[in-house]
Amino acid sequence: MSVTVSMTLNGNAVSADVEPRTLLVHLLRDHFRLTGTHVGCDTSQCGACVVHVNGQSVKSCTMLAAQADGAEVTTIESLAENGTLHPMQEAFREHHGLQCGFCTPGMVMSALDLVSRNPDPSEEQIREWLDGNICRCTGYHNIVKAIKAGAQAMRG
Amino acid sequence: MYDFTYHRPTSLANAVKTLGKAEDGKFVAGGMTLIPTLKFRLAQPTDLIDLGAIAELKGIKKEKGALVIGAMTTHAEVAASSEVASAMPALATLADSIGDAQVRNRGTLGGSIANADPAADYPAAVVGLGATVHTNKRKIAADDFFKAMFETALKDDEVVTAVSFPIPKRAGYAKFANPASRYAIVGVMVSQGDGGLRVAVTGAGASVFRVTEMEQALSSKFAPDAIEGISVPADGLNSDLHATAEYRAHLVTVMAKRAVAAAG
Repeated sequence: MSVTVSMTLNGNAVSADVEPRTLLVHLLRDHFRLTGTHVGCDTSQCGACVVHVNGQSVKSCTMLAAQADGAEVTTIESLAENGTLHPMQEAFREHHGLQCGFCTPGMVMSALDLVSRNPDPSEEQIREWLDGNICRCTGYHNIVKAIKAGAQAMRG
Repeated sequence: MYDFTYHRPTSLANAVKTLGKAEDGKFVAGGMTLIPTLKFRLAQPTDLIDLGAIAELKGIKKEKGALVIGAMTTHAEVAASSEVASAMPALATLADSIGDAQVRNRGTLGGSIANADPAADYPAAVVGLGATVHTNKRKIAADDFFKAMFETALKDDEVVTAVSFPIPKRAGYAKFANPASRYAIVGVMVSQGDGGLRVAVTGAGASVFRVTEMEQALSSKFAPDAIEGISVPADGLNSDLHATAEYRAHLVTVMAKRAVAAAG
């Protein structure tokens, strides 16, 4: 038996019929073809699948698509406007906050949740917050620098 | 994950009725433990009843010397609540130390205590602050709620609706966290209030437990050095690759002292 999931996805009203066991990340990737959200570990640890649900960062591999019914879901694809990177994305580019890039969408979405709560996070606060995001290239140093610069750019 | 039928009731009464009709139904709160369990095919419920759309299970309110926190209130909401911060900052500290930011955005108080993971933080808060667990059927005192590893006093058709935490005179929480998962290798909540003195330990044993010898010592003198020489026996404590039973026993005293210091 399928369930109908309706949500506002990156600002657009969308709807899909899915099996109840479908994870949110699979709805985003396989059904809506938004493949910027990655599946890294599939065990809620690595954070490559982080998206925002009602403005808060969640691991979309540990949430059923059906649980997002009626919610506002935002993915990495929503950030750049007309080819111009979001200040946080630009900061990752500028500070070389990525090596292989696999963890980057989750890092950026997680960082934006941090900045929405704390517009001027310290290095320690950034490192603490990134507890749920793992970079397999171990490139944390530049990721932290990028988030600090991105937060500053967003403050204007 | 095996297939199941998904329900999203908007009232508690409907949730309980739906469970009653299901062959082998399960409630899901934040799903931070249950969804990974389903993915590993370690559970195969016929029906999943999501408590996420039931407004009456959410929120934090102050009532007669206590904070009543709805079962579906997330760890992030408890950590950020100004009411929690002013009435019992130790509880905000505890909630803010659970898992990672994304777990705190989804995980709930009710889900955590109903699951009764031996390394979860909230059992230490419920027992250490002398809380009362409210369900759809009754009120259960903290000391009667946790029975064993992953086992509580809840009946099959019983749902946690809220937890009432009496506001203590002072309280402190300290934990030695697993550096990867942030689960408690040992976590200790100490509180002093109208209900007396409480020292509750999570992570060390199969289930949360109190240390009466420390409670007595702290009743006469509320200071870290009052419990310096008191230790719990290592017999029966958890032992795994992260910490031996002997090390956990040692950590209980260290964390209890830090919790007392944090309580001020």
